[in-house]
Amino acid sequence: MIQFKQFLNKLIIYILLLAGSVVFIIPLVWMISTALKPIEQTMAMPPSWIPYQLYAEIDGQQQKVKQGELVEQPALVVYDESLGKDLIVAQKNVVDGALQRRNVDGDIIEIPVEIRAEIPASLEHPWVKVIPANTPEGTSDAYDETWFVQPLEGLTKKVDFRWGNFGKAIKAMKYFPMYLKNTLILCFLTVLGTVSSSAIAAYGFSRIPWRGRNKMFLVALATMMIPFPVVMVPVYCLFRWLGWIGTLRPLWVGSFFAGAFNVFLLRQFFMTIPKDLSDAARIDGCNEFRIFWQIMLPLCRPALMVVGLFQFMATWNDFLGPLIYLTDQKDFTLALGLQFFQSQHGGTEWHYLMAASTLVGVPIIILFFFTQKSFIEGISMTGIKG
Amino acid sequence: MTRREWKDFWTGIAFISPWIVGFVVLVLYPVGASIYYSFCDYDVLSRPVWIGTLNYQDMFTDAVFWKSLKNTLYFAAVSLPLGLVLALLVAVLLNQEVKFRSGFRTIYFLPSLVPVVASAMIWLWILNGKFGLLNYGLSFLGIEGPNWLSDENWTKPSIILMALWGVGGAMVIYLAALQDVPRELYESADIDGASAWTKLRHITIPMISPVIYFNLIMGIIGSLQVFAQPFIMFGGGGTNRSALFYAVYLYQNAFDYNQMGYACAMAWVLFLIILVLTWLATKSTRKHIYYAGE
Repeated sequence: MIQFKQFLNKLIIYILLLAGSVVFIIPLVWMISTALKPIEQTMAMPPSWIPYQLYAEIDGQQQKVKQGELVEQPALVVYDESLGKDLIVAQKNVVDGALQRRNVDGDIIEIPVEIRAEIPASLEHPWVKVIPANTPEGTSDAYDETWFVQPLEGLTKKVDFRWGNFGKAIKAMKYFPMYLKNTLILCFLTVLGTVSSSAIAAYGFSRIPWRGRNKMFLVALATMMIPFPVVMVPVYCLFRWLGWIGTLRPLWVGSFFAGAFNVFLLRQFFMTIPKDLSDAARIDGCNEFRIFWQIMLPLCRPALMVVGLFQFMATWNDFLGPLIYLTDQKDFTLALGLQFFQSQHGGTEWHYLMAASTLVGVPIIILFFFTQKSFIEGISMTGIKG
Repeated sequence: MTRREWKDFWTGIAFISPWIVGFVVLVLYPVGASIYYSFCDYDVLSRPVWIGTLNYQDMFTDAVFWKSLKNTLYFAAVSLPLGLVLALLVAVLLNQEVKFRSGFRTIYFLPSLVPVVASAMIWLWILNGKFGLLNYGLSFLGIEGPNWLSDENWTKPSIILMALWGVGGAMVIYLAALQDVPRELYESADIDGASAWTKLRHITIPMISPVIYFNLIMGIIGSLQVFAQPFIMFGGGGTNRSALFYAVYLYQNAFDYNQMGYACAMAWVLFLIILVLTWLATKSTRKHIYYAGE
C-alpha cells in the first residue's frame, strides 16, 4: 500500500513537471517553427507545428505548389472568352453552356463559356485552388494563368524547412551586420570594464584593512537601492553635455567604474580566500597590486567568469540604454534593431520577425549551454548571499 | 593613524578608486541633480527653471499618471505572488528525486534567458488575436480567446503571462536553497508520518524563508520598474492606455515630451513607493524568516 502511494506520488510529480515543461518550451518551439515557414503557413488555421511543402501532380510529375482557397461545391471551372481567363462559378449559374450573370441594370445576360472542369458536390472531399509554387507573388496576371483546381486529398505534404528565411530576415533588417558588430563591441567593452574595475574595487573592499572601509562599503550597498529612473535623466544630460548622444560611449564607459552589485559579489568571493596566502606574499616583499594580480585573480577565476557572463547577457539584452542613447539606425544594437524592425514590418511578416528573434535569442541560449555550471552557480550565489 | 595605517588607507582608496569615480559621477551627482530637476521646469534645451513643488502637485491631477500607477500596481499585485508561488512549486517538484532533473531545470530556466525584446516578439505572435497560438489552444477548450493585445481588459494579463514565462531565474534561486535544506529534517518528519503539505509548510518554507524574502524584494523592485515588455508590445500604452506602465510614462515624459523635471519627480515618487512597499514586506515577514546562523 505504501509503495503504491509512493508510486502514485512519483507519477503525479512527473506528470506535473512534464506538463509544465511543455508549456514553458512551446513559445520557443513556436518561434523556431514560425521562423522556418513560408508566409502563407504562418497564417493558416489550424496552424501546423512542422513547416511543410505541398506537392501536386502536374503533367504526371510531383511539383511544388501553394494551396489557395477552398472551392464552394458543386461548381464548374469555365473559360470566359470575353475576359480571357478561367473562372470558378456555381453550377446552377451555367445553363446550356452559357454563364448567366446580372449586369449593372440587374438584367440577366448570358455569356457563352467553355466548361473546363466539373467539381462535384461533396462534403467529405473538399476541392481547393492550387497555384504552382514558383508563381511570383503579387502578380495577378501570372496567378490568373496558372491556377487550377483539384481535390484537397490529392495534395501531398512533405516536411520542408525554409532556412532561407534567416537570410531574408537579415536582409529585411537592412543593418543587421552593423547591429551585430555594435552589440559585440559593447559586450566586449562592458565585460572588460566590469570585470576589471569591480575586481580591483572588490579587492580594496575586502583584502586591505583600511580605516572607514566598512562604512564605505555600506555606502556602496546603499547605492544598489536607487532605482535606475532616478538617475536616468541627469546621466542622460551629462552624456549630452559631453556630446556623446548618438554614439556607443554612454553604453560602455560607465562599466569601467565598478557597479556596486558586482563589487558586492566579488567581495563575497574574495573574503573566502584565506588571509595567510596574501600575508605570506607580503612578507616576501610583494606589493599589493602584485598580490591582487598574481594571487587573487587566478584564484577567483570562477567568480570573475560569473560576473563577466552576467554582464555579457545584460549588455546583449539591454533595451532601455540603446533606446535612450542611440539615434542613428547604423549604431543600433541587435535588441534595439529587432524592435525597430518589428515597428516597421510587424503585423504581417511573422516568419521574418520570428527568424530575427531566433537570431537574437539563440546566441544567448548557446552561451548558456556552454557555461551552464558557472551560470547556475552564479544565480544561486546572488540569491543565497543576498 | 600610524604610517602603516596611512599606507593601508591610501592603498585601499587607490584600489576602490574606480568605484569612487563611478559613485561620484554616476550616482552622487545624478541623485543630487535629479532632486534639483524635480523642482524645476526643465526641457534639456534651456536652463532649468525653479518652480517649487509644482511637478509634484501636477502629479495629483494628472489622470494619466494615476492610470499608469494603477496599471503598474495591478501588474505587480498579480504577477508577483503568482510568480513566487509558481517558481517555488517548480523548484519543490524538481527537488524531489526525479530523473532528468537538470534537463527539466534547463527547460524551465531557458525562457528567462531569452532577451526581453525577442520574448516580446514571441508573445506578440502567440497572443495575436487571429492567428495566435494561445487562442487556437483555447479553442480546444471551447473558449473563444479574446483579442489579447487590443482588448483593454486583456492587455495587462498579456504582460503578466509573459512575466510568468520568465520565472526561471527565481526558480533556480529557490532550487539552490532547497538543496541546502538538511535531508534529516524530512527523514524525521517521514518517521512521524507527516504529509507532503505539512513538510512543505513546516520544513521547506521556513528553511528557505530568507530566499523567499530575497525573491519577494527583488520582485517588488523589478515589477514596479517594468519597462521593456509593455514598451515594445504596446508602444504608447495600448488601447485606452490600459498597458501604460509607470516606467513607460516616465520615459515618455523625459524623452517624448521633454519634461525632464516632471520625469525626475515621478522617479522620486517611484523610489518612495518602492521603499514603502519594501519596508512593509520586510516588516510583515520579519518574524517568519529563519536564519540558520542565528
